Amino acid sequence: MTTLPEKTDRKLGLVIDLDTCVGCHACVVSCKGWNTENYGAPLSDQDPYGADPTGTFLNRVHSYEVQPEEGTAQLVHFPKSCLHCEDAPCVTVCPTGASYKRTEDGIVLVNETDCIGCGLCAWACPYGAREMDVAEGVMKKCTLCVDRIYNENLPEVDREPACVRTCPAGARHFGDLGDPESEVSQLVAERGGMDLMPEQGTKPVNQYLPPRPKDTLDRKTAAPEGESDAPPPYLKPVADSPKGFLGWLDKTLEKL
Amino acid sequence: MHPAPSVIIFTTLSGLGFGLLVWLGIGFPTVTGWTAFAFFTIAYLLAVGGLLASTFHLGHPERAIKAFTQWRSSWLSREAWASVAALIVMGLYGAGLVFFGERWAVLGWIGAALSLLTVYSTSMIYAQMKTVPRWQTPLTPLLFLALAMAGGAILSGEVTAALVLLLLCAVVQILWWYRGDGALGQSGTNLATATGLGNPGQVRAFEPPHTGNNYLLKEFVHVVGRKHAMKLRLIALVLGYALPFAFLALPFNHIFALLAVLSHLAGIAASRWLFFAEAEHVVGLYYGKR
Repeated sequence: MTTLPEKTDRKLGLVIDLDTCVGCHACVVSCKGWNTENYGAPLSDQDPYGADPTGTFLNRVHSYEVQPEEGTAQLVHFPKSCLHCEDAPCVTVCPTGASYKRTEDGIVLVNETDCIGCGLCAWACPYGAREMDVAEGVMKKCTLCVDRIYNENLPEVDREPACVRTCPAGARHFGDLGDPESEVSQLVAERGGMDLMPEQGTKPVNQYLPPRPKDTLDRKTAAPEGESDAPPPYLKPVADSPKGFLGWLDKTLEKL
Repeated sequence: MHPAPSVIIFTTLSGLGFGLLVWLGIGFPTVTGWTAFAFFTIAYLLAVGGLLASTFHLGHPERAIKAFTQWRSSWLSREAWASVAALIVMGLYGAGLVFFGERWAVLGWIGAALSLLTVYSTSMIYAQMKTVPRWQTPLTPLLFLALAMAGGAILSGEVTAALVLLLLCAVVQILWWYRGDGALGQSGTNLATATGLGNPGQVRAFEPPHTGNNYLLKEFVHVVGRKHAMKLRLIALVLGYALPFAFLALPFNHIFALLAVLSHLAGIAASRWLFFAEAEHVVGLYYGKR
């Protein structure tokens, strides 16, 4: 049924800490590893060892440069997977009912035996969370490792999404964002978690924690008064134009 | 967006076919016997041919029947229902005209309404997409409906109506392009809202997730087709609207009418190509592209 549930009992999702993510792509690899051999069709690759390799991924890590008005630019690694939106536009466009949002935990899933591979859900998703598998002709997306989190055959420590379990930096957190007392909700409240593309009205469950402001050395408190250890001012350049051969080259090229 | 040939053929042909069915349904022209048979054959070939073409881009066309289940929420499902209903009702209506020489007017009106509903549903599949600001406007259904009516008028030989509708289409088309060119900028979605990183400073896509291509880039970031956008717009305007207008304005002649149809078809195909090729999906922002 592709109408959305009025409300879900829980809102399971991820909290991704952009301050902590080091951009190692371990979550990408573990996600692909787990999901290619468990729930649903495998995540195929095309021409994997050839000149133009492509493949299906449920989680991809972008990197962005943020240039503040003053100071140096900051590099932010940005993992992106399905945000399991409350108002998931991918679900309502599905003509077959293959896409659905679970009432019990809010996970958005695809029933692959109903999927006709029309691709409309991928069109409707602003985040690029859904990818059509070329080999299977069905839509693939993050399942929040639904086959791990409730899996009693796994040790309890492993009952969380593969990306969270594997993250060496502790940048990914999993829990119930519908419960204000949960650890993830506390983290979001404390760090000012944010929605991606809030203007799209999708109400994503997954939250992103913004990078903390860069440290600046407070010179006044770093050293007692009178004996400043502040670095000396930059030296003045001794020459602003090159001399000798380079100078000649510079002038000649200038004239051309 | 990737301009898939199957979808361009589908929307162009079936738009024209259902447009012709609308005119036949309301009795313009009122034809019976073999003439009616010829008109209905053309309409069905276009409408059904287009619908069949649309199944070519499906990953699993053999499950297409399941697309009838979600009419409560999905425009694609509504389109499936409307098209089948229109084809059945218009089939009965056509049978009356062809075999019994009778015009069952009520059936015709219902069939015409269902044909319009089909075209409207098709247009709403695109117009509902918040992720593609160029499409998300009431001008999209207006353009699709006007084009279906104009194409249907040309095919059914309703010259006066065709002339008026072609003018209307050209105006809507230009408005649609004009609005579309600023749509992404005005949508309020940009790299800053996409990443939430706009607060500390200016955000720039530094490195994509993979060095290779992927489904998202192929499907949503189609840059090649945009290179000649202005030329193609001109071609669409001339072939789709101006030439058919000229051919129809001349004293009526079947050769001219045929040329008007062919020219219109080619022009609308060019316009549909642009409809997809120029459409920017917001996911492109994550890749620093549009």
